[in-house]
Amino acid sequence: MTKNKKKSLFSGSRWQLYVLLAPFLTFFTLMIVLPVISSMVLSLFNFDMVSMPRFAGLDNYIRMFLHDDIFPTVFKNTILLAILTGPTGFLLSFVLAWFINEFGRGARTLFSFMFYAPSLAGHAVYIWQILFASDSYGYINSFLLSLGITTEPTAWLSNSKYIVPIVVVVQLWSSLGISFLSNLSGLQNINAELYEAGAIDGIRNRWQELWYITLPGMKHMLLFSAVMQIASAFSISNIITQLAGYPTVGHTADTIVSYLIDVGTVKYEMGYASALSVVLFLLMVITRWATNKLINKTGR
Amino acid sequence: MKPLRKLFHLPRVNEAKRYTRSKVGNFFYFLFLFAAGFFSLLPMLYCVVTSFKPLDELLVFPPTLFTVKRPTIANYTALPDLISSLSVPLSRYVFNSIFIAVAGTVLCVVFAAMAAFVLSKTDIKFKAVIFTVIQFALLFNAYTLAIPQYIIYSTLGAINTYFVYLLPALASPMGVFLMKQYMDGYVPDALIEAAHIDGADWFRIFKSIILPIIKPCILTLTLFTFLSLWNVTSTGTIFSEQLKTLPTVMSTIATGGIARTGSAMAVSVIMMIPPVVVYLISQGSIKETMGSAGIKG
Repeated sequence: MTKNKKKSLFSGSRWQLYVLLAPFLTFFTLMIVLPVISSMVLSLFNFDMVSMPRFAGLDNYIRMFLHDDIFPTVFKNTILLAILTGPTGFLLSFVLAWFINEFGRGARTLFSFMFYAPSLAGHAVYIWQILFASDSYGYINSFLLSLGITTEPTAWLSNSKYIVPIVVVVQLWSSLGISFLSNLSGLQNINAELYEAGAIDGIRNRWQELWYITLPGMKHMLLFSAVMQIASAFSISNIITQLAGYPTVGHTADTIVSYLIDVGTVKYEMGYASALSVVLFLLMVITRWATNKLINKTGR
Repeated sequence: MKPLRKLFHLPRVNEAKRYTRSKVGNFFYFLFLFAAGFFSLLPMLYCVVTSFKPLDELLVFPPTLFTVKRPTIANYTALPDLISSLSVPLSRYVFNSIFIAVAGTVLCVVFAAMAAFVLSKTDIKFKAVIFTVIQFALLFNAYTLAIPQYIIYSTLGAINTYFVYLLPALASPMGVFLMKQYMDGYVPDALIEAAHIDGADWFRIFKSIILPIIKPCILTLTLFTFLSLWNVTSTGTIFSEQLKTLPTVMSTIATGGIARTGSAMAVSVIMMIPPVVVYLISQGSIKETMGSAGIKG
């Protein structure tokens, strides 16, 4: 068969590509791209959701970096929580999937069910709330009291010493979502012949196999999981608000997202909330770029 | 024409033999996973156990976590009474939730697979730009998008219709990103070229080659989308009671103070059943499809 023939076949059904791409692209543009652009534009306005937006130039950004007392704290907290939960969450969702993949179908389904259970159960945060409840009815308090380790209940969730570690644990524990599942499905699709060939070529144990075969084979899935982790690690807010409310004592655990939700929902400053989310977005874009550099180095 | 799957000898391999494993290692992995997995399972266990507790045990001091002395189904039998006061029959909410979850999941997964295929395996114009935008869109905080989205809904006349539930799912960039990564990693280009030479058009390649290979990914995305749509509620975009979903009703039942704790847990246990069923079906049927093994055929 000649090259020309092949080329004409390719071009003959080319319109089909646009048909395949169109549905998603239409909805995506309408529901995501347009709102993102308008949110970026809105960050240059003052908008209280009642009167018309007033153009403010860079005022919102100047206010954020120079005049806002809360912003430096939530900025610092966001980065701290992202560093504490992002890389660990990323590793956890890969390592657990990799461990699980060592077993046959039955054990694999059982284990992945156990690890995905917090996502399925929905009430994930609620149980932590009652574990750490501040009165003596809280499980941890009643446990410590009955053992005589403490003499009065500790207010875990309103104590600035404990709130950040608790948030980190809860976030990690509930972070085995889509990246865990996608790692699992990726691992199951690595060509088994590569493993056989590897064994013949002298790979001795599972750790060598991991480095020379599995990781390179998982590169695309790892990038996906990294981006999802960045998105969730920088946006922790629900967990904090559900556990400790907003604001936490002295804003010790408040993040940019919990702050911007407060600014938008309670103070009706949508322009300023948009500016905060643009800054958060830039923060994530930079992290994403750095992560990409790192991932391109695996398996080399 | 023979099915392309047969034509390219795509094998269905169930379990590949592993040569680099030790029995002892496997044993410790098993122990570790079981311990960690059990810890993960606790909240689900807690919901189930609590839903069978009688009222006095719910209030007992010191509180009991995972034990129930006199299990009762009273929390479940109380539900019909709590529900009978609703202005719209429960079946309507059930229908809404199932319809939204099923229709939204099917459309989301199909559209995502179609778009990802074009972005991963063809040389269409601007594909790099489109894909970059999709990835960055994932990083933009959803909260600030709510107002522009509301304006778009009202322009389209979508307020107070099923569309406010469905549109965000159809537009979700995550599914396309996941599928594109999967196709980049596990669908060999050679397979597609070969199919072209044999005269298959793009639709046929998508249907007969891509879809079978990416099945694990389809199942994963199905589970994830179903789960998020099953729990979807609406704030400010749905006004008529007829169009509300189950989680809305369930939260009204749950807000009845401490006396309703048991029933609230019974409700969460019932709400958990469909996701668990979808989970078991989807993850249980993932098999190795081994797309790359097909090239040498």
